[in-house]
Amino acid sequence: MNKSQIITYLPYQKPFLFVDGIDSVSENEITGHYTFKTNEFFYQGHFKNNPVTPGVILTECMAQIGLVCFGIYLLKEELNNFSSPKIALTSHQMDFYLPVLPNEKVTVISEKDVFRFNKLKCKVRMMNEKGELICRGFISGMAQILAKAEIS
Amino acid sequence: MTKDELIPKLKTIIAPYIQDEEAFKNLTEETDFVNDLKINSANLVDIILDIEDEFDIRLENEDMEKMLDVKSAMDIINAKLER
Repeated sequence: MNKSQIITYLPYQKPFLFVDGIDSVSENEITGHYTFKTNEFFYQGHFKNNPVTPGVILTECMAQIGLVCFGIYLLKEELNNFSSPKIALTSHQMDFYLPVLPNEKVTVISEKDVFRFNKLKCKVRMMNEKGELICRGFISGMAQILAKAEIS
Repeated sequence: MTKDELIPKLKTIIAPYIQDEEAFKNLTEETDFVNDLKINSANLVDIILDIEDEFDIRLENEDMEKMLDVKSAMDIINAKLER
């Protein structure tokens, strides 16, 4: 599975897709990026007349790149034979250091901590274009892979 | 390992993941992880990994599928320890 194929397996679409591209991926690590567009829906309310990317959205971006894209790559063998997996975020712990403003490009780097029984736990960090740390933490998720025939 | 040795060890491992305090307080061999303790599938994986660390054993998919209650967990742990 190549880097652009991973994106096609993602179960998200606008306005809740926070992956522009994957820069590199291996069995142990993935790096991807996203640029927060000036017209993202949440800037209308967060904050009043002062658009700042919400921490939950940063966490979502990290989960989409660091856990879901990575998980799709790690499950590539199964995904060739089966349909797209049902996925769920199961836990996260995150520390935030810098704000992300509209038009900023962020890079997410995720390292595999545990991948057993379809549960993936990763150590994830997000950097800005200056190479400064925006946030970091741990994110875990589960995948349930259903055979194509089981999906009605 | 006897039941009296194993149950306290198991209780320590599963305590962080339970949702039903009452069922946990009254835990017996018959206590079911999902139906009684309301442990979800992600936390079942955590329990499996913690059991592996505690007893220095390796559990596989089929072990996970069989590990539905306290009794089956004890049986699987003992079977692995005897090897």
